[in-house]
Amino acid sequence: MTYETPMIHILLSRWRQGHRTLTYPKVVPRLPERFRGLPRIQAEKCPEGCRACADACPTETIQLGPAGPQVNLGRCLFCPECSEACPEGAIHYSQDHRLAASTCDDLMVVPGEDYRRAHAMGAELKRVLGRSLKLRVVSAGGCNGCEVDVNVLGTIAWDLGRFGIQYVASPRHADGLLITGPVTKNMELALRKTYDAVPHPKIVIAVGACAIQGGPFFRQAEQLGGASSVVPVDLYIPGCPPHPLTILDGLLRFLGKLGTEGKRA
Amino acid sequence: MSNHALRAILNGQAVPLREVPELTLASFREAILEGTRGGARLACLCATPDLRLFAVLADDAEKRLRVAWARLPGTRYQALTPECPQAHLFEREIAEQFGIIPEGHPWFKPVRYHLPWSDLPSPWGRDEGSLPAVTDFFKVSGEEVHEVAVGPVHAGVIEPGHFRFQCHGETVIHLEIALGFQHRGIERAMLGGPHALSLKQAETTSGDSTIAHGWAYCRLLEALAGVEVPARTDRVRGVALELERMANHVGDLGALSGDVGFLPTASFCGRIRGDWLNLSAEVCGSRLGRDWLKPGGLHHDLNPAMATGLLPRLVKSWADTRDAVELLWSAASVVIRFEMAGRLEPTQAREIGLVGVPARACGVNLDVRKDHPFGPYRAHPIPASLAESGNVHSRAWVRWLELIESQRFLSEALEALAGSDPDPRAGPLPPLAADTLCVSMTEGWRGEVLHLALTDGHGRFARYKIVDPSFHNWFGLALALRGEQISDFPLCNKSFNLSYCGHDL
Repeated sequence: MTYETPMIHILLSRWRQGHRTLTYPKVVPRLPERFRGLPRIQAEKCPEGCRACADACPTETIQLGPAGPQVNLGRCLFCPECSEACPEGAIHYSQDHRLAASTCDDLMVVPGEDYRRAHAMGAELKRVLGRSLKLRVVSAGGCNGCEVDVNVLGTIAWDLGRFGIQYVASPRHADGLLITGPVTKNMELALRKTYDAVPHPKIVIAVGACAIQGGPFFRQAEQLGGASSVVPVDLYIPGCPPHPLTILDGLLRFLGKLGTEGKRA
Repeated sequence: MSNHALRAILNGQAVPLREVPELTLASFREAILEGTRGGARLACLCATPDLRLFAVLADDAEKRLRVAWARLPGTRYQALTPECPQAHLFEREIAEQFGIIPEGHPWFKPVRYHLPWSDLPSPWGRDEGSLPAVTDFFKVSGEEVHEVAVGPVHAGVIEPGHFRFQCHGETVIHLEIALGFQHRGIERAMLGGPHALSLKQAETTSGDSTIAHGWAYCRLLEALAGVEVPARTDRVRGVALELERMANHVGDLGALSGDVGFLPTASFCGRIRGDWLNLSAEVCGSRLGRDWLKPGGLHHDLNPAMATGLLPRLVKSWADTRDAVELLWSAASVVIRFEMAGRLEPTQAREIGLVGVPARACGVNLDVRKDHPFGPYRAHPIPASLAESGNVHSRAWVRWLELIESQRFLSEALEALAGSDPDPRAGPLPPLAADTLCVSMTEGWRGEVLHLALTDGHGRFARYKIVDPSFHNWFGLALALRGEQISDFPLCNKSFNLSYCGHDL
């Protein structure tokens, strides 16, 4: 025989579980030591003619430029192959989670140059969407990895709603799309129709290596190579999948709300 | 069951193709029918580009897999499905991938809406311009009968799929599920491999089951290369798989609570799930276990200091998990809602070849960790967790029992790892054996994950077949919904929580 839970049990549980919403952006949460964020390249360490990192990269996203190896984060899976292959330790992943960029060109990590992080949306767009951004999420061939970490922002730990951002159930209620996956041929039409159904002005955010340039499937004829092959993209958030903190950083940066980002815990 | 026409192999054993019996099509068919009648499961049935059929029967009681193949005389053969419903989706897949027609198939439709890999025409006359999920759906007609169509894009952060409900008022008479929107060509990409991207593609077959698929892939390569993985490395892989299970089961129990409006557990579990994912991230840098394993060993070892550091976090996360989930079981309104929804009969489960949590929730006693033990589960077994009623409650309850077992495994494994030195770093694998077959299975949090590879004369993949547990189980969801209220679809769906991308490949 089961009885309804006495309210006191729920309250006690609530007390034991505590208040767990992160204080971000006042305090940046600690990330694991082995977290792989923005790659750092010390080209001065590169031996003459060495291309070990470029050869090891499974998505061929490292090119040898005049300043040394440069990494296109759009297709980077943040796997350890390049750093493990480098004989001199010239390439490693830092703890820097801030990866979002406004254009595909900005996704390039070049030795000796600052990474060009995403800038805020224009003043007129910000006037309309800045305080309340409703997003329709479209998974278009994703592996459910990006979806998992997009979804997690809605939990009490991240509480996306406090920033005025919300995922909505209809494109008609949305200010823009958040797209994951390389856009399979079988999702092209559905994605296009969803985009068309969002009222103007509208924005598009591509989350994850697949949605930016096809990710691990970039060679497959079954997909189109990312969201921008079908719709115009305003914000790129790299990763495979991006950490929730990376996604949130990108969204807040885009909304121009990151002026008060604090110290790392 | 003793099916002598087939070759018995162990999970993860490589066997030269010449030792895999070639049967005539008639005896191949008879062997499958006899085997499944005797209680074996059709774990895999697939074709190759040169028109051969391969079958893997899982004989769980004998802890053996049985394999055989047959050459097709042409592009048509007599379908197995009318006598063996487990073959249903496999035969549709064979038709779609290679243009082979299983004659007499009772539900003959595409699976993923792509064109055949070979030059043969699509059995349905589809061409480049054909749209996904455009097909004949089962239709009920009559007074007050209506049809509800949902998807491919759903009202949440969910993968795409198309659902057609045939309803009479609120009652669902029939649900048909059309998938394939996530099809990105993984099996085709594997051909000629292993390639540099093959591990990543295995991991992203279903990204929430990175370890389950990644491990199946690694074991397959190791068997084909004749490499034995040290016991400690296997234990670390076990930790990876069980952490993946903890995170996903906790997330599912929270989501089920949310679907019946019991918000305390829903809110707590949403957060606690992240705590489990963060334990994986502590070891490998990725919450989903990306790049934790690699063929031959590990990208990221779990050293004694790290194991010692994880132990108190395991204790804390488990205390929070228990607190949140026990609240759920003490709420009569939740338990009653769970008990009244989504019932599946054990006979149905066996007939359609259900695996994983939904099968065990019907009392079907199968679990790859127990039946075809791999890695650490030989020395450190985990029993199958069972329930009886086959409804939403049973599927939730099995998850809870599995959480208890996984937590125990993790606790013991971390203690042991804290007291032992890491294995030396694994080097690159030697070349893979030529003309060899290997079947590698793991028990992911959804159920049985199967990877099968056939190598050519140069040790490259001539065929790579992946069977995600969702491939077996989507039809179970459709059956569980018969006679239910359409408003209970989210609850029933969540209790299965199947993978779209794992099915679509």
